[in-house]
Amino acid sequence: MTDPRERILARLKAAPKRPIPECPAWSAPTYGADERKAKFRAMLEASHADVHEVTAADWPDRLKAILAAKGVRSMLYAPDSAAGRQLAAGWTGDFALVPYDHPVEDMKEILVTGVDAALTTAEAAIAQTGSLVLWPSADEPRLMSLLPPIHVALVAEETLADSLAEILTAQNWAASMPTNAVLISGPSKTADIEQTLAYGVHGPKELIVLLLNAGDGR
Amino acid sequence: MAAEALKSDFGGKAHIALNDPKLRANFRRAMDGLMTKRAAQFADADEWNALRARGAAVRARALAQLPELLERLEARCQANGIQVHWAETTAEANAIVLGILQAAGAKRVIKGKSMVTEEMHLNAHLEAHGIAAVESDLGEYIIQLAGEAPSHIVMPCIHKNKVEIAELFADKIEGQAYTENVDELTAAARKALRGRFADADAGISGVNFAVAETGTLVLIENEGNGRLSTTLPPLHIAVTGIEKVLEKLEDVPPLLSLLPRSATGQPITTYVNMITSPRKAGEKDGPKAVHLVLLDNGRSRVYGDSELSDTLRCIRCAACMNHCPVYTRVGGHTYTFTYPGPIGKILTPQLEGLDCAGDQPHASTLCRACADVCPVQIPIPDLLVRLRTEAVHPSATAGVKGGGSAQSLSESLGWRGYTAMYGSPLIYRVVTRLMGLFGNWVPASAPMLKQWTSVRTKPKFAAKSLHQLAREKGFSHD
Ligand code: SF4
Repeated sequence: MTDPRERILARLKAAPKRPIPECPAWSAPTYGADERKAKFRAMLEASHADVHEVTAADWPDRLKAILAAKGVRSMLYAPDSAAGRQLAAGWTGDFALVPYDHPVEDMKEILVTGVDAALTTAEAAIAQTGSLVLWPSADEPRLMSLLPPIHVALVAEETLADSLAEILTAQNWAASMPTNAVLISGPSKTADIEQTLAYGVHGPKELIVLLLNAGDGR
Repeated sequence: MAAEALKSDFGGKAHIALNDPKLRANFRRAMDGLMTKRAAQFADADEWNALRARGAAVRARALAQLPELLERLEARCQANGIQVHWAETTAEANAIVLGILQAAGAKRVIKGKSMVTEEMHLNAHLEAHGIAAVESDLGEYIIQLAGEAPSHIVMPCIHKNKVEIAELFADKIEGQAYTENVDELTAAARKALRGRFADADAGISGVNFAVAETGTLVLIENEGNGRLSTTLPPLHIAVTGIEKVLEKLEDVPPLLSLLPRSATGQPITTYVNMITSPRKAGEKDGPKAVHLVLLDNGRSRVYGDSELSDTLRCIRCAACMNHCPVYTRVGGHTYTFTYPGPIGKILTPQLEGLDCAGDQPHASTLCRACADVCPVQIPIPDLLVRLRTEAVHPSATAGVKGGGSAQSLSESLGWRGYTAMYGSPLIYRVVTRLMGLFGNWVPASAPMLKQWTSVRTKPKFAAKSLHQLAREKGFSHD
């Protein structure tokens, strides 16, 4: 037995067997329908994110206005996502749309320092902690929500759940975990220097959430 | 290896730390802030009790099935395309990491925060082989610039104030002017590290939870450096202790609700990063290869004792040190080894041996503050007492490294004499009588007494013992 794996496992298996304890009852908090959205907004805003309520029809214009006011010159977008296509159709914004359409190796410069913002969608949202649930994909790669100084996330109100526990069960994540799943609950931050909060240490300095209202299309 | 030569000198270092007003102010301020923020998170006692009972059970369940879960984790990771390595010692783990990097021709490494790689002294090992490893967590980056070790497991540079950091940055970062503005200091680090992320041939990270059911590595952080280290470079190596495994994905939410709230008083960290595979065909980013290194380094020995193995439930939240009256006063470097505070006092002697860290279980008042706040209910004070005992009377089963190393002839004779005295009325009477007659002649500087009287006044012996006085007053024997 010279293999470290065998030796470690042998030692663990030789240890006295212990009973497997019961899991005591616990459930994540739940909210009523109105309370849920208010909680989500309040939690996100408390962690320094901006939340805007938008509709399926007006969000591209709202996005344009918000980013133009911040002086954004270029925004990374996903040309093959539904949101990306809607945005790019007839784009006449004040700033350039930069597609993430090649592997990172071919466009590292642009990604690392060349864009001011990026737009992604979120799979779902969580009221308890004010979190966005992202499942980055081939269309909407992982670095979009990470490298540019401003991250804009579009999330549909009907995907708003109470807790992560609820989402894991309802969507049966255990059966099909993606390459990467990530919860985002605000802009990048640190308190490493004298416990003073500072934003944008490595990831985005700003997180802008566009909450897509269900149905009505006002 | 440097790590193996280390020996704890708690008393000596504590003395220096206690006389350093700047250090004490830095820790006091930080710990007060962290305690207040945590208390606000767990204001609802019922919620806290139910949640921590669940968290403790989830960890205990995982440990009860540890070997099976490790095998399942390995199988699931491999099926997902993550390569799994096992290391019995830190030297083996260092060699594995170095081997992976060399095979990939990697020269530049960017690191996310990881206490296990601190335990391995990985950076020094890589550097000795011509590979530069840059820490990217702001706190870790600061102490790497300063050439120091972390003094806290969550906030590694908590011992430094902003003036010290401002001086350090002005000195070490090219073109950086002196500023105490925290936003400017943070921006300077972002700028300096952006390029290092982009250039890195590999990223190295720790792991908070490894889920056996799905082969998923869960990493939590606020800065985004952890996500960058595990996404931008073409190669990702995750290093974890074997105890970090969880049975199911559904075990993550309760622990995720305990860890950041206990650690920094945040409801959740900014990022919760769940990694299940390397980049798949068609995906545009993410590392092309992911490796998981499982480090034992004494943990399987700790596992052999059913009481001491509670140590392995730890989720490294640091609440125990934040609330420890000893840690707050002496700071993290006093503990010499990687893990300071109450968790360090039970973990270090077991990993490194009671012969080189045997003084640590004594560096406690047993006030139980740590046990009160531990989100996974580790009975730290009980384990401290147990380790004190193991140092003198090693139990046959436990096999704690260095057990029995504190045995001393004079101490055991002393206790034997004490037992004999209290076991025999005659000897007791003779000894108390002698003490009454001659005790006050014994100088405070007498051998053995000296240590005790160095910080206390020597008591005065009464000429007559209480028993004698009682007898003279006519009270009968009982
Ligand atoms: S022992 Fe408990 S309180 Fe201390 S770091 Fe570990 S989990 Fe947190």
